[in-house]
Amino acid sequence: MSTPSTFLDFEKPLAEMQKKIAELEAAAAEGGASIEDEVQKLREKSDKQLRDIYSSLGPWQKAQVSRHPERPHFFDYVENIFTEWVELAGDRKFMNDEALVGGLARFNGKPVMVVGHVKGRTTEERIKHNFGMARPEGYRKTYRLYEMAERFNLPVIALIDTAGAYPGRGGEERGQAEAIAKSIEKGLTLNTPLISIITGEGGSGGAVALASGNRVFMLEHSIYTVISPEGAASILFRDAARAKDAAEAMKITAADLEKMKIVDAVVEEPIGGAHRAPADVFTRIADLLDRSLEELKDMSPEELRKQRKERFYAIGREGLN
Amino acid sequence: MSWLTNLPPGLKNVFGKKDTPDNLWIKCPKSGDLVYKDDLEASLFVTPAGAHLRVGPDLRFKSMFDGSEYSELELPEVVKDPLKFKDDQKYVDRLKKSRAKTGREDCMAAAEGKIGGQNAVVLVQDFAFMGGSLGMAAGEAFITAAERALETKSALIICTASGGARMQEGALSLMQMPRTTVAITELRDAGLPYIVVLTDPTTGGVAASYAMIGDIHIGEPEAMVAFAGARVIEQTIREKLPEGFQRSEFLRERGMVDMVVDRRELPQKLGQILSMLMGGEPQPEIEPVAVEADTASEISEEAEVTEETAAEETEAPEAEVVEEEKPKRKSRSKAAPKSDS
Repeated sequence: MSTPSTFLDFEKPLAEMQKKIAELEAAAAEGGASIEDEVQKLREKSDKQLRDIYSSLGPWQKAQVSRHPERPHFFDYVENIFTEWVELAGDRKFMNDEALVGGLARFNGKPVMVVGHVKGRTTEERIKHNFGMARPEGYRKTYRLYEMAERFNLPVIALIDTAGAYPGRGGEERGQAEAIAKSIEKGLTLNTPLISIITGEGGSGGAVALASGNRVFMLEHSIYTVISPEGAASILFRDAARAKDAAEAMKITAADLEKMKIVDAVVEEPIGGAHRAPADVFTRIADLLDRSLEELKDMSPEELRKQRKERFYAIGREGLN
Repeated sequence: MSWLTNLPPGLKNVFGKKDTPDNLWIKCPKSGDLVYKDDLEASLFVTPAGAHLRVGPDLRFKSMFDGSEYSELELPEVVKDPLKFKDDQKYVDRLKKSRAKTGREDCMAAAEGKIGGQNAVVLVQDFAFMGGSLGMAAGEAFITAAERALETKSALIICTASGGARMQEGALSLMQMPRTTVAITELRDAGLPYIVVLTDPTTGGVAASYAMIGDIHIGEPEAMVAFAGARVIEQTIREKLPEGFQRSEFLRERGMVDMVVDRRELPQKLGQILSMLMGGEPQPEIEPVAVEADTASEISEEAEVTEETAAEETEAPEAEVVEEEKPKRKSRSKAAPKSDS
């Protein structure tokens, strides 16, 4: 398990213990007395604390984990789950949106289309990818790639991780709402299987745009929200600082959404979150994709559409209260 | 006497009280003038200066369907308050208040009848009910209306008005975006028209789903239609947005709206469109309604004359070849001062 360089506010005790362990190790390296026992004890204590914290994360804490800067991002998944990535750029109308990328890849040797939000990690990357907040062109590129997937009979895998679509002037002028709506529609009518996975933040319309799949999955500490907890707090309580209350009230966690049948399954994360042991997450997602594609592979275009219709119509009609 | 313009005869007194404010005089947000409520009712809540005030389902149904004849669809019940949501007040209490205020269960109402002689199901979203927010009830209403349209081979028309998704239902409200879209794709498959009338305001998740994928988009004058609200954008980009940004006229300029239509012309315009899309007979030509503020007094005088001459047969426009037997449904004899749009 790797130790992250960024600790979240509720992980402070862990950060302190990690610091102490590092200090002891440094002292030992300089030839001090044997402190192995002490380090071992501290490690155990730290692991226990991590388990304790992560076994009872609240919705707001999960929101923070879902946004953790070291959480696996789109290109990490592409690199570790797929082979032969060939990025395809541009909506053929206006520009290439770096916040929502897509391309061809192979999964278990078979070609697929992969689309998803890219948040970027370094400051430079984040600016390049606009913090994962797509403009209309991102959704129009998705539309284009969905169409291509249909022509070449490729399943589509959509990885969702966005705070939301970008609320900018240009995006509004060029039809942000229409671009999202069309992307939802195309996903629902796609002739080939569509699997949507919320890997981090599933922020509102910008996320739904990619989440009209035959299967919709969520990572354990990811969130799916109608509006960001901060946004809801500023409207409902006129105080963005009450994001925690809003996060609790809105039921944004994977576990809650699975109960409501909004998501089909939750991908378990390693203790401490996906960023502490990304390889585990890659394996689990690959397994889930493998299973899902197998289940969907013999369905006709009509059956795939019908399955989506039934899936989405059932939400709210079954399994509440 | 009212400054009533070109409503079909017999229409102007049929409007009930329910949707409308109780004040006797209403201030026009555009000109600041006080307008007598009865006059406003008669003009479908369009002020002499052309401001299109927000209206509810009853008035829309009455004005949109042929002969004001329609029957409302029964809408399914949904699970109430699935999240047990509470902010500074309980969601169930907010619902109660909105129900008392509007006399309806939720923000979406649906009715069926004919428009331009064609079968039509009309959905109206009421901004007065929790800001027209899209939740499970509205989503189910949409699906019910679309299914009814499929069953009766009707066009589906929706007058949207919404601040977006209903936060109090969390992701369940978000799910209404794909759910309503599924219903639309079925209309497409069946070759039935789906027409969106964008009314003030239509924003957020509603704009980003069923409001923006109509076969035809009709904007009401100056309606705010946006994905993100102006305030959010201004905070993001730290600059002021220009006048008229995200209004119907702006969206038409940008290619997102087919036409901007005065509410008083809407029924005829819809009739014309549906008739052409659904294999109907030619429809009466539409006389434009004048809406310019500085000509308001002129309109008012002219309307008086028009009232008396409404029954007279009018001259057909020159270019038109008149072959139909149907009487022309015109209530104005003289060309109104044309707006330059």
